[in-house]
Amino acid sequence: MSEAFNPRIVGFFCNWCTYLAADLAGTSRMKYAPNVRVVRTMCSGRVDPQLVVWAFRNGADGVLIGGCHPGDCHYQEGNYKTLRRMGLLRTMLAQLGIEPDRLRLEWISASEGERLRDVMNEFSAQIRQLGPLETKSSVISSQSSVAQAAP
Amino acid sequence: MDGNGNGKGKGSVRIGVYVCHCGTNIAGKVDVIRLAETAGKLPGVVVSREYKYACSDPGQDLIVQDVRKYGLNRVVVASCSPHLHELTFRKTVATAGQNPYLFHMVNIREHVSWVTEDPEAATAKAEALVNAAVLRAAFLRELEPRRFPVNPNVLVVGGGIAGIHTALTLANANKQVYLVEREPTIGGHMAQFDKTFPTLDCAACILTPKMTAVKQHPNIHLMTYCEVGEVSGFVGSFKVKVKKYPRYIDEDKCTGCGECIEACIFKEGKTPSEFDVGLSKRKPVYLSFPQAVPPIPVIDPEACIEFKSHKCPKSCVEACGDRAAIDFTQTTREVELEVGAVVVATGFKPFDARRLPQYGYGKHPNVYTSLEVERLVNASGPTLGQVVMRDGRKPESIGVLHCIGSRDENTNRYCSRVCCMYSLKLAHLLKEKTGAHVYNFYIDMRTPGKGFEEFYKRLLEEGISCIRGKVAEVSTWPQSPAEEGKLVLRVEDTLLGAVRRIPVDMVVLSVGLEPQADSDQTRRLFNLGCSSDGWFLERHPKLAPVDTFTDGVFLAGCCQGPKDIPDTVAQGGAAAAQSLALIDKGCVEIEPVTAFIDQEICSGCQICIAMCPYTAIQFDSEKSVAALNEALCKGCGTCVAACPSGAAQQNLFLDEQLFAEVQGVLV
Repeated sequence: MSEAFNPRIVGFFCNWCTYLAADLAGTSRMKYAPNVRVVRTMCSGRVDPQLVVWAFRNGADGVLIGGCHPGDCHYQEGNYKTLRRMGLLRTMLAQLGIEPDRLRLEWISASEGERLRDVMNEFSAQIRQLGPLETKSSVISSQSSVAQAAP
Repeated sequence: MDGNGNGKGKGSVRIGVYVCHCGTNIAGKVDVIRLAETAGKLPGVVVSREYKYACSDPGQDLIVQDVRKYGLNRVVVASCSPHLHELTFRKTVATAGQNPYLFHMVNIREHVSWVTEDPEAATAKAEALVNAAVLRAAFLRELEPRRFPVNPNVLVVGGGIAGIHTALTLANANKQVYLVEREPTIGGHMAQFDKTFPTLDCAACILTPKMTAVKQHPNIHLMTYCEVGEVSGFVGSFKVKVKKYPRYIDEDKCTGCGECIEACIFKEGKTPSEFDVGLSKRKPVYLSFPQAVPPIPVIDPEACIEFKSHKCPKSCVEACGDRAAIDFTQTTREVELEVGAVVVATGFKPFDARRLPQYGYGKHPNVYTSLEVERLVNASGPTLGQVVMRDGRKPESIGVLHCIGSRDENTNRYCSRVCCMYSLKLAHLLKEKTGAHVYNFYIDMRTPGKGFEEFYKRLLEEGISCIRGKVAEVSTWPQSPAEEGKLVLRVEDTLLGAVRRIPVDMVVLSVGLEPQADSDQTRRLFNLGCSSDGWFLERHPKLAPVDTFTDGVFLAGCCQGPKDIPDTVAQGGAAAAQSLALIDKGCVEIEPVTAFIDQEICSGCQICIAMCPYTAIQFDSEKSVAALNEALCKGCGTCVAACPSGAAQQNLFLDEQLFAEVQGVLV
């Protein structure tokens, strides 16, 4: 890929763990790749697979979901639900012609600022390696449910 | 949905965008002028400004004026983390006469300016985030916070000085307090200390009156030998299950006379005393220490013959006589409590010196930990205050080693804060009691506190030798006649620039403080966060030092991080004040982040029901749709993500809001 390619990545971070880890990375002045744009949800369990597909449809090259470690979910078990959903979604992405590696799920606790930085850097580099997402836009834009739910 | 018509029925969406400089914190990296300009061109934006400190009074005032002047019905502030100032700006919006939930915050400090090298990339990222917020703002709806009554009772977990002070403060304010302590007595580590730095007043003299006050206070329900097993509910109405372990002595019948201990067929104790850190032995039936509160003994089933063989003559029962307080049939009971607030004051554990074998703890008998020495120098300790070593000798030279398990890449990176001062205190006490020559080996002498530096100076004048250097090892291999039969400390004296060998009789390891071994369970019980060292996380390190991320749960004392007694007491008072602020308000306002189900759209598939961890969703078989109980919903949104027909939605995180935000970050 050319040097000019700057991946666009959407991050869905849960309010209690990964979002706070990103806050901690900030207060610790850790520097990392600027590619991931964070959307805050209360729990990673709120991340509807349609949101992920919607992100890819709107030009995201990668999607990163951050939740609490298993057993640490602020809402008991939302992260387990996410784990199962994203497993299934990765299979579907492959069928849609999107490399499943463009979707990554990470458990990052509020104290793991360093890990957050590393994941941000690694994932940005990985997506850079994969190159821009080239989808047959007809495949995902014809997802009627997405089109309906979307504004 | 077009996103219009939600703002106070005015028809169109009118957004105000405020970009905060945060001094140079944001403006030093992000081009705030350009950011405000681009934001001004976004759809629906009526006014877009940058300002030095948006959270300051004039900054908030600016927003209020604009809302009124331009008839804004949406406000977007791009500044720091919403965890810091979301509430501040919600209030600003409310002051201006708008619904506080018609506000969205963009984090361009923690998530952008502080973490991005390149100013251009930072500005571009900030632009994308602001764009997303503006698109999302159009879909914001008016909401009302949920209000719930607050139960005025408080649970305090841990009966050390932090918990004691918290409980007494609350009880004095006429609140009912449940003080739960897992040991048979309250007092915690402070009860084990001899004297306290820098004033050298004796720990027992200042602590035991407070312990007695706890026992006598009509508003404190003291629950010793108990542990919290389960917590449910939320701020204002927690339900707590407490496990009450069997003491085998009925607390209501026992008078605390101690005759059972006298009468026990064990004439001498055989079990290492927990209170004396193993330096003395106790009987199977014992009182932790003479001033224990409550003064009710406990029977250790591991040591008691009756539990092992059922053949004990039970002289204790005989001694107890008519009081009939001894009950070998007791079992663990469960007590249920209802409280409005919880203060976690579970304390610390001393670093295990065995983890650093180079210092020979557990190998060389005359190597002690600092907590052992506290007992050793104590007038009511195992030697009645005589400093006699394990080999029976009185030491003539003593080495006190600072930073054992602190400021060490191999163990704990943090400074335990209290060790320098307590090491100096122990040096003073040891010298006073033995006349021995005392060396203190330190990395840096940290004495930041009222009267601390003066205490250090005093110690130097008393003739304590302070050597700057971390001891590498404690050995018993003599290299000269002077080292025969001694513990030899090998240390680099960094002020002298030379490696020295210093023979001493006794070594004191000033161990650091660590989180309790089961702090992870406690953390999960109360849904707390942890710093990377394992200490419980406060909501904000400066501005909310005793709050946690779980509303209604507060922290006090060393469970939040190492601290000395004055700081612990101050924090206990703060936790009590925070609890009072919550209780006396009478009701709590909870963010309306709950889910709701549009029953017109719901197909009755029941997928959401299985998703909910709080059983907040029930199936209404009459209407064949799902029905959500708002009081039980905690707002995770897992059901929303699962709903195949979009009937389940979450306030503040509606589908349309999130879809717009995702679209917005991808400019």
